[in-house]
Amino acid sequence: MGSETYPVAGGAVHEAPARNTYLEVIHSWIVTVDHKKLGIMYIVYALLFLVVAGIEALLMRIQLAAPHLHFLDPQTFNRMFTMHGTTMVFLVGMMILFGLGNYLVPLMIGARDMAFPRLNAFSFWMSAFAGLLLYFSFIGGNGLAGTGTAPDVGWFAYAPLTEKAFSPGHTIDYWTVALLANGVGSIGTAINILATVFCMRTKGMTLLRMPLLPWLYATMSFLTLVAISPLTAAQAMLMIDRYLGGHFFDTQAGGSALLWAHFFWIFGHPEVYVLVLPAFGMASEIIPVFSRKAIFGYPAMVAASVGIGFISLGVWAHHMFTIGMTSYGNAFFTLSTMLVGIPTGIKIFNWLATIWGGRIRFQVPMMFACAFLLQFLIAGLTGIMLSVSAWDWQLHNSYFVVAHFHYVLVGGIVFMLFGALTYWYPKMTGRMLSERLGKWHFWLMLIGFHMTFDLMHIPGLLGMPRWIYTYEADRGWGTLNLLVSIGAFIQAIAVLICVINMVWSYFRGPLAGPDPWDAWTLEWSTASPPPSYNFATDPVVHSRRPLWDLKHPEDPDSAFE
Amino acid sequence: MRVSELKPQERIPRVKLRTSHFRLAVVASALMSAAEAAMASSPTSIFSELSTPAQQENGLAFFVLGICAVIFVSVAGLLVYAMWKFRAKKTDTQQEPPQVFGSVQIELSWTIIPILIVVVLFLGTARVLFSVQDAPKPKNALDVTAVGHQYWWEYHYPQYGVAVANELHIPVATGDGGRTTYIKLTSADVIHSFWIPQLGGKTDMLPNRVNEMWLDPKKTGEYLGQCGQFCGAEHAKMLLRVYVDTPEQFAAWIAGQQKTQAELTAATATSTDDAIDAATGQRVFEQQACINCHTVQGTMANGRFGPDLTHLASRKTLASGAMDNTPENLKAWIADPSQFKPGCLMPAMHLTDKQNAQITAYLETLK
Repeated sequence: MGSETYPVAGGAVHEAPARNTYLEVIHSWIVTVDHKKLGIMYIVYALLFLVVAGIEALLMRIQLAAPHLHFLDPQTFNRMFTMHGTTMVFLVGMMILFGLGNYLVPLMIGARDMAFPRLNAFSFWMSAFAGLLLYFSFIGGNGLAGTGTAPDVGWFAYAPLTEKAFSPGHTIDYWTVALLANGVGSIGTAINILATVFCMRTKGMTLLRMPLLPWLYATMSFLTLVAISPLTAAQAMLMIDRYLGGHFFDTQAGGSALLWAHFFWIFGHPEVYVLVLPAFGMASEIIPVFSRKAIFGYPAMVAASVGIGFISLGVWAHHMFTIGMTSYGNAFFTLSTMLVGIPTGIKIFNWLATIWGGRIRFQVPMMFACAFLLQFLIAGLTGIMLSVSAWDWQLHNSYFVVAHFHYVLVGGIVFMLFGALTYWYPKMTGRMLSERLGKWHFWLMLIGFHMTFDLMHIPGLLGMPRWIYTYEADRGWGTLNLLVSIGAFIQAIAVLICVINMVWSYFRGPLAGPDPWDAWTLEWSTASPPPSYNFATDPVVHSRRPLWDLKHPEDPDSAFE
Repeated sequence: MRVSELKPQERIPRVKLRTSHFRLAVVASALMSAAEAAMASSPTSIFSELSTPAQQENGLAFFVLGICAVIFVSVAGLLVYAMWKFRAKKTDTQQEPPQVFGSVQIELSWTIIPILIVVVLFLGTARVLFSVQDAPKPKNALDVTAVGHQYWWEYHYPQYGVAVANELHIPVATGDGGRTTYIKLTSADVIHSFWIPQLGGKTDMLPNRVNEMWLDPKKTGEYLGQCGQFCGAEHAKMLLRVYVDTPEQFAAWIAGQQKTQAELTAATATSTDDAIDAATGQRVFEQQACINCHTVQGTMANGRFGPDLTHLASRKTLASGAMDNTPENLKAWIADPSQFKPGCLMPAMHLTDKQNAQITAYLETLK
């Protein structure tokens, strides 16, 4: 490891930072079209909402720590899980992943910016506006003169509960319009990433020399394009129902409750892969670098990623095994869902083979990546269990499902995100995060995570349904829920340490230099943080690991291609 | 180094049984039995064989759990082994390890093995799926129509002309006179889901649509469950209670439910009466808004929005299982339902304490 600059064509030199007034700094961030600044704004915005939605989760966990508690009233509890889910998916997950994609994709393919920088800024501000709109519902939900409430129908917002007859007031409208606005931002960014990946690669970087992270982002963007459209259509239909006398989901006038479920999950299931594919990309960058080996089976990894993308478009009705489909419908979606396990298995085995025979450096990013591997394996296996439709009749909408998807979203994606933030933080800020605080963060997060989400499976097996604000004492769920709640607070402490680490290191962390991890992709060939133009001249690459070729001229990858 | 190049004794690590292994085994079995105890102590555990659908789902569950456990142990074992074995050591030279880019044979093997596993899992699932979902309906089956409401359950027995609320009675399916129960499910407002874990998986109740499920309980007794789909403020207290009766008990219960209630004499009297008795209570009940929503068959009360109260006093619980059916609870509930179920649709009618007592006295007679 070193701070020396490698003599890469295009490697930038440090500029003396200009001294600006605060007003100039703020102005520069607001008007920026630089993909790196937008990426950082996405990430910071998402982290803020991570804290907000995390607090909502903690409030719910206090309420559920024992049977018959009165910490939150039922409607408040329902608002909390609605806002927690909506925030975590749309404002945290989507935005932090788009943020990292924005920052990394152009740098990794040797481009100077995204394909459409202005669209990029527009997308960010649309999504940011959507977040404010959603949270404004707390004040304006029932009109400013009213008490003000947030939506309370769940993030899936099943019709006809969202119709005027069952949800008067304006809370649903805030939810709907916020998701519409967020959808515009997401579609803009998805188009941008696709155009960047396919049109902006530097000289010599063929599609099959591209690092896996841009590949995963391209797949994710394709899925976003396909998946957000039905959600947007459904929101438009809901607004027509609520304000223009439509009857799409108005069952009292002959509408269909099933229609919403289909529309929502045609969006909702690919959405899960929209969130997890970038995490796969990050794992595929971090694991090789810290194992000191090239990724095993690169073509298979690309094929598996794209394969997951396609298969995930045909599995949505596994969220609806109890809704009354025919046995053939249930059988089809059982099989299609199980098929996802094959490319996912290939990925896990390829990561395993990458580690195998390596020389693993257990620094914080790799610790998070290792936890990701094991936890994602478990999440995948509980996913297989849920795909078994006849068993899913029992498991569906129980806490087993809650445990399963938090295993994917926290155990998989959030762990990988923490790893990725630790890995790329030096590139973004020019400073290293504290390794000691990072380890505290990791171990506390690991303990808290397993305490919460391992145990959460069991109340589900004991018949505890989701979305309940309290439960009966005779069901045998009490002790488990108490432990789950304690685990949640341990995770909260871990996240707090992470935040402290990020803030402290920004001012006091040791200088990183361009390539602190001795890595192989193009972003490490330029300064940390990179200048606004990224690369002084367009880099030229000859293999998948351009920096390996430079560091090992006696044994370059390009000799084997 | 390839696996086949290793000497046999290197390939299989020799394991000597030591006390630590026994300790491990003891701890593992203690954990297992604790888990089993937890499963057995819950009245809503899904690991149940008390009806054919539950039994089949249970068998499938253990089949799938077994396969997943084998996958987990082998893959997680390999991962942890690799993480441990290939960790960087201080003694390492600074050279990078050998770079391996892939292997078609190995990658093919871990593509084909998962495909085979998927085939096995799918066939196992399909067998249970079709046998439960497409089971032929026996001729003597009991028909029940269940209607979900925000936040209570309505049941009809079309073969007997009986309508009840919240507590479902069905006959046991085994032995002489045993019958399977076929339930048609629908909803009056939003989506609900009917779920008695010990008797089988859940089926959703959708407005404007009819779903079906069947139960053939093998043991008499009381079974608990609750609504499985978020349906609004009081989703958590939309509890389910099913009584599985012997054929004789069920026949007697049906006969009891078929009886209607009578107009009591005082109900038609015009004089005001301070007496706290059933007849006065009925008059208050019928003069207030109660009858806009509630039915008492045989009387003028024929509202359809709330639960049928014809045999309220024969039920064990109130408010869809939210509380025990005692006179005190009933009176307190009438005075202010939202105290027990905040967000429930029954309003507090602002009756006087005396009126509440009179109505309670009346409702207590509706056996």
